[in-house]
Amino acid sequence: MSRPDEPTSPPAPKGASAAKLAPASASRAETVAREDLVMFINACFSCTGQREFYGDARGQSVSIEFLHEYILGNYRRLYARTLAAGINHFNMAQIVQGLLATGREARPEHREEEGALIRAALRVLPPQRAFRVLGALREARVNNRRARAVARDYLAGRPDVHFDAVKYRAKVRAAAVHAHLKLPGEVGPFLFRGWNQRVYETPLFEKFRAGHYAAASIYDLPFSIAEGLARKHEVPRDVFLSKIAGQMTAGEKMRLTEAAARERRPVDLKFDLARAPLTKLALYALSLHPDERAPRRDELHLALQRSAARAFSRAPSPLGKVAAVLDRSYSASGSSEKRRRPLAVALAASYLLRAAAREYRAFWTPSLQGDGDELLVQARGQSALGRPLAEALAWGADLVVIVSDGFENDPPSGAEEVSRVFRARLDPERRTSIVHMNPVFDEEDYAPRALGAAIPTVGLRDAEDLLTMLGFARFADGMAKLDELEGYLASRVRELLGRAPPRAGAKP
Amino acid sequence: MAKRAPLMRDVALRGIEIAPSQVRGGVRLVPLLREAVKEDLRFLQRDYKEAATIVSLDGELRAPGVKYVGYVPHGLVVSWSDDGSPVAAFGAQMARPDGKRLGRGPGAVRIAHRMVKREEGNRLRMLPLHIAMEGFLSLCFEGPDVAWSEYSKHAISTGLSPRWERVASGYAIPGLADALRVFEIHERQVGVLVFVADALASAFVVSHPEDYRVLHRSVIEDFFGELMIHYGRLPPTGHLSKLGMDDGRVEGVADLVSEIERMRAGWASFHGFMAEGLLARPLSTKQVYQAGPFALQRFMTDLRPSEENHIGEAIVRDDGELEYLKTYRLSSAQSRRAFLLLQLAKARWNVDAAAAGMGTTRDDFVQRLAAAGFGYLLKEHVLKAARA
Repeated sequence: MSRPDEPTSPPAPKGASAAKLAPASASRAETVAREDLVMFINACFSCTGQREFYGDARGQSVSIEFLHEYILGNYRRLYARTLAAGINHFNMAQIVQGLLATGREARPEHREEEGALIRAALRVLPPQRAFRVLGALREARVNNRRARAVARDYLAGRPDVHFDAVKYRAKVRAAAVHAHLKLPGEVGPFLFRGWNQRVYETPLFEKFRAGHYAAASIYDLPFSIAEGLARKHEVPRDVFLSKIAGQMTAGEKMRLTEAAARERRPVDLKFDLARAPLTKLALYALSLHPDERAPRRDELHLALQRSAARAFSRAPSPLGKVAAVLDRSYSASGSSEKRRRPLAVALAASYLLRAAAREYRAFWTPSLQGDGDELLVQARGQSALGRPLAEALAWGADLVVIVSDGFENDPPSGAEEVSRVFRARLDPERRTSIVHMNPVFDEEDYAPRALGAAIPTVGLRDAEDLLTMLGFARFADGMAKLDELEGYLASRVRELLGRAPPRAGAKP
Repeated sequence: MAKRAPLMRDVALRGIEIAPSQVRGGVRLVPLLREAVKEDLRFLQRDYKEAATIVSLDGELRAPGVKYVGYVPHGLVVSWSDDGSPVAAFGAQMARPDGKRLGRGPGAVRIAHRMVKREEGNRLRMLPLHIAMEGFLSLCFEGPDVAWSEYSKHAISTGLSPRWERVASGYAIPGLADALRVFEIHERQVGVLVFVADALASAFVVSHPEDYRVLHRSVIEDFFGELMIHYGRLPPTGHLSKLGMDDGRVEGVADLVSEIERMRAGWASFHGFMAEGLLARPLSTKQVYQAGPFALQRFMTDLRPSEENHIGEAIVRDDGELEYLKTYRLSSAQSRRAFLLLQLAKARWNVDAAAAGMGTTRDDFVQRLAAAGFGYLLKEHVLKAARA
């Protein structure tokens, strides 16, 4: 295990807590390095550069861009390895871009691993995001041998390049031009010679061409492409939706249903709730008005339970007696860009913990109204974390998970005081662990907002990651050393690189 | 018939509990929660879009008489029941505006009949905060009742008219809109104390939590003292002293819950202390309207030129419970003006006696009057003599 590159520039951002006292055994540089990395990885779980309830999009993106530059400049190798830590797609894309733009600074002995990580990360990303990274290289005027090779390998690894060429036409073309790619078969002429100049042998290309002249041909195209052509042929919306439904991905159906409900023009699209990922499903359930949610309660409940069981079976680590303090205050309603995301993560986390724990109890705050059915939860009221935390501890949980954005006001720093006094007076041997999972990035702290020194805070991307993140919490706690963090990252890297390239299906 | 509610002696927030504050930038909002919610007094906002509203305070809409002119973005419609039964829910038909609209487009003006006007049934339309401001402006409005030779002809014949004051819109206070946006409304919340740079700017209370939820954003349309614009530009206050737990009192897990409640109580009494400039001051109160068991009153704290002074209006139930409150913090110039007028009135408008009462000379007193903007009440040679 090698040391990380020494920090070359002294200014650490606020919150890097360079002023904290280093343990006697670890050198100061090591402590700083560990704290910087934990901060960065935490940020990479929660920040998407989008507007949050408290922070605007500009502040969020300035803050996260600074973090990326700082870590890339000082800890390049660990920066690359963060790609394997299960961070969100936005930050994966940022890291890939950052690494490709500064390839010269990579040390020769690290090059191979870095390249493999970049390739693996691109395969993990959804295609539109991966293509956008390749397109962004063009805008940033980054063009080197490695970047071209990465683009070539990515395209070669795609399961159906014809489908990509139709669905992501502009993006594929930008990547191909920039990286001088050799394209197979008719893809080249399709992208560059004007698609309407000839008849194609590739069925999908031919459908695309025909779709411009005949409305009947658009229903074999990907939804997003057909949507524009339907407009051109003036196909009525409901006719179009009923015929195209077979071509839509589950995500598209869910998104469209949500958006239509928001505009009070509901559409009827059948999709299998139980197949959706847990957090997505929770987001969908919460997008329904409570009056609409109540009659569909059993259906939603069952789907959430199944989805939670599936998520648990993927990383089965059973838990003992678990309590969750779940924040449903008004700030959990998120922003117009992330509607109800913090609340959905809390709801999904509740289902997952119920599936994973031997004994489980949820403490919503403010407490749920009516008969306490958590599926009917709404983001309303103040943030009072202290009291439910105290109640959860009084219930006798071995593990208390707090899901909250970290803003607390009734009273301020209540959870901090409860945990501090609990550790000092009642549980000095730390038999009970308390972990704070924060789905929201706070631009001013360069990290998810914490609830005081006695509770480790980790960023949470999706509720599905919660069980993995419990393992990461010991680094946020400051108990584990830098070596352990490096070891943890190295094991995640082996996991990512060892995995066979997933068959990223064009459509499910 | 219900008995009359007594005049308010102080703003003691009877029936209301204070909860810990929520801070955003330089603005601190303190939620006020009602202990027992009753359903018999409900509020509804009625929007006016006109650039100005002219209120005829006496007489008919267009008849000559005293007028109040101001920017009134919204009025409040109050419904009550005499016997404590719940008031029926409002419908959308309540949006029909009252009074008359003159002109069109951005220059339109609304004329309204009185500050507080009874509409059909148990329903009252009032212009919030303007009731209090009208009371403030009409302070000693009649002018000198003895024709002392110092006063100009104008002052003797028409009193202080036209009397005007300048105020700031909530939109002008940096950070207030944002603070109201991210504020998390409590379940039983019926009111809020607004602090800017930890100085009390305003208090607002209604009777029912649902009404508060609707009216929460309307606080931005209220007016504030100009001082608050400057306070809003000060650096963010952040947390005041951190109220913590006492380690020694915790013996078991159950104590943690009681300690949290103690922390909340600590915050409440601390905010009460912060708002003492309003809550702990004797008031001079006037009855404005009696509606069943509810009395609409307007008040002013006793004037202390060197301290914060508030004016406001309130609805009090006959058992003394506070059902509605809206206050405005006077700027120091406004306090000074009111103070000087009261001194004059106390001395029956005799300039020498008023000067003596304040322990100062006649020239100084005249100069202070002129500096406060009341030079137009005095004859030119009196002012000149004072300046010489």
